[in-house]
Amino acid sequence: MDYYLKLVSFNDGGWGWLLLKGAAITISLAVATLPFGLALGLVVALGQRSKSRVLRVPAIAFTTVFRGLPELLTLYLVYFGLQLGLQRLGRDLGFSGGIDIPPFVAGMMALGLVIAAFSSEVWVGALNAISAGQGEAARSLGLSPGQTFRFILLPQIIRVALPGIGNNWMVLLKDTSLVSVITLPELMFVTSRANVVTKEAFFFFGLASLIYLFFSLVSMAGLGRLEARSNRGYGLR
Amino acid sequence: MLIRKTAQRLAIAAFALASLLGPAVAKDWKEIRIGTEGAYPPFNNLNAKGEVEGFEIDYVNMLCGKMKVKCTWVAQDWDGIIPALLSNKYDIIVAGMNATDERKKKVDFTHVYTRVPPAFIAAKSAKTNDITPAALKGKVIGAQASTIHMNFLEKYYKDSTLKGYPTQEEANLDLANGRLDYIVADKVALLDFLNAKGKDCCKFIADVARDPVIHGDGVGMAVRKEDQDLKEMFNKAIDESLKDGSFKAVASKYFTFDIM
Amino acid sequence: MMDSLRDIAGLFLNLDILDRYGYRILQGLGLTLQLVAVSVLFGFVLGMLIAHARLSKSWLLSGLAYCYTTFFRGTPLLCQLFLVYYGIGLFLPAWRATLEDIGLWAYFRDAYIWVVITFTLNTAAYQAEALRGAMQAVPRGQTEAAKALGLHQFRILQTIIWPQALLIALRPLGNELIIMIKASSIASLATLYDLMGQTRFIFARTFDLSVYLYAAILYLLMVETIRRLWGLMETRLMRHTLR
Repeated sequence: MDYYLKLVSFNDGGWGWLLLKGAAITISLAVATLPFGLALGLVVALGQRSKSRVLRVPAIAFTTVFRGLPELLTLYLVYFGLQLGLQRLGRDLGFSGGIDIPPFVAGMMALGLVIAAFSSEVWVGALNAISAGQGEAARSLGLSPGQTFRFILLPQIIRVALPGIGNNWMVLLKDTSLVSVITLPELMFVTSRANVVTKEAFFFFGLASLIYLFFSLVSMAGLGRLEARSNRGYGLR
Repeated sequence: MLIRKTAQRLAIAAFALASLLGPAVAKDWKEIRIGTEGAYPPFNNLNAKGEVEGFEIDYVNMLCGKMKVKCTWVAQDWDGIIPALLSNKYDIIVAGMNATDERKKKVDFTHVYTRVPPAFIAAKSAKTNDITPAALKGKVIGAQASTIHMNFLEKYYKDSTLKGYPTQEEANLDLANGRLDYIVADKVALLDFLNAKGKDCCKFIADVARDPVIHGDGVGMAVRKEDQDLKEMFNKAIDESLKDGSFKAVASKYFTFDIM
Repeated sequence: MMDSLRDIAGLFLNLDILDRYGYRILQGLGLTLQLVAVSVLFGFVLGMLIAHARLSKSWLLSGLAYCYTTFFRGTPLLCQLFLVYYGIGLFLPAWRATLEDIGLWAYFRDAYIWVVITFTLNTAAYQAEALRGAMQAVPRGQTEAAKALGLHQFRILQTIIWPQALLIALRPLGNELIIMIKASSIASLATLYDLMGQTRFIFARTFDLSVYLYAAILYLLMVETIRRLWGLMETRLMRHTLR
């Protein structure tokens, strides 16, 4: 027991700080990605429902690609492909090198694309669930299209979409473990390195599981409250 | 051919579309960024403080001191270690990487600074020290999946069951619990295991003769093909350190036998 | 400028790889399909049981089911596979003689069965949640009416609840299948070369990013095929709701 406590202690030779830092990177990457991914997802969903082909086709292509690609590949494309593309192009146009996409930003972009693709499905479902009459009624009351969206449609969309978004969040939380391939020392990265040095594989993998479980439990509780809040006024059924 | 052209054009268009421009810095090699894996003790590993340490870190930091350049280290997972070099995330790889022909198609290697023999270890119950493919027919042999050791097994041990592991740690676990009969890896890594957790379960079997086609000439540092000046800088520093005894001084802190 | 652009494109496109490693890629594809099909099927049966346990009146059953789904949905599949495959390994030295006697050693030694078990346990948790939601969405009044008509419990499930719940759960179950296809890419942790495993193997040998592109196309094809199939199934099964 003492031996294991020492392994995760916060002073000499203990992995406590590094694990804590890893957990902090995991959670902050997920939190930073979510709004960006959800907003992009909503835009893509609106595109998918648009009557114009020019908007609809790219929106559908976007979802198809980023929902189907394994996350690891999206990450490689952004981190290596885009980076190299920027650099070569910059050099050809007379700038000499020096463009760098930081790992955190690359992780955010890649995971954001994935979450945008997944959440766009949820948004489409929610948009379909709101009857067209609502928008018409709001407009006949003299509300502008912007006001209609903000005050009438959005609150209802969020209520319907919330459980689906919750699922997206849980997926995102665990997908962050992939960014260790691009030098971001998140929780799984620290876990594997600690395992290599200490040879205590089960202890560290078990510990990592518990930390992820803790994040999930907190999120579930938070989501439950949000759902209850957005269901105010609908009564119990 | 046509498909290939079209696909290339599509990829070009995609990249062009996604591109933005930024300011620039010229290279004069006063500061060098070094990529390592940080998961291969005692050569390179991450310690509990989150810093890289090990033989390669000490050795190259010493070279940097002699060359009067500032060196910074980045720990990068093995799978992305060459793409990250090519996309300019760092300038040189020092990660126990053997200079094989396949890798030389993508990157250039400096002179060799480590040459450790590969070796077989097995469960204590193994009856002979014979490691010919005929003797190991039907046995289950493990190695780290993305290494030259796996390539070696695939070439010569076609009649054995081969299992590839993400890191050496998992292979060691499966040898200890009896799922594997043998492991092939660098002797240094194996002795590390046999002296600690593997003391009771497993034993050393034999060294493997180097096959230059598969194993390469030894461990070198990898640089981008266009950075010939950087390669020459390190070649000179490596050669000097091998002559003036400073390599030996660092190596003896980590190894009880010659690694070069 | 065109030259460097071609270099970048060349980073992701190299047909030579297909000649040399095409067979391995196909082998990996086969294993991925097999792993996912088997574990999603078993997972459906287990998920159905767990969903009922979760809805059961017994607090013990529903509590256990809650803990199960929370654990398997709340931790990464990577950790689960590690703990199951290498965790079982800890017991193997003591069990080996017995297992060899009863002829099961080969199964315990092999990774395949443990990967299938882990994937099944994991997908069962996700499927259970989808099925639970769907069963709760069937209006209560229907069960009450059926009871009033004198139908017994199993008959109600069989003829009233399940058909409607499965329709509601169709889409989430399809999504779970897609997620499983992508999630199965960690099988190589336990020495199985699925599509992603083979891809990584080839990449480690050639350091040619184009192999990832081919894998991506195959994953895209699998996912799109499933989506199309699901779309067809949905239109066909939902005919009666069309107006």
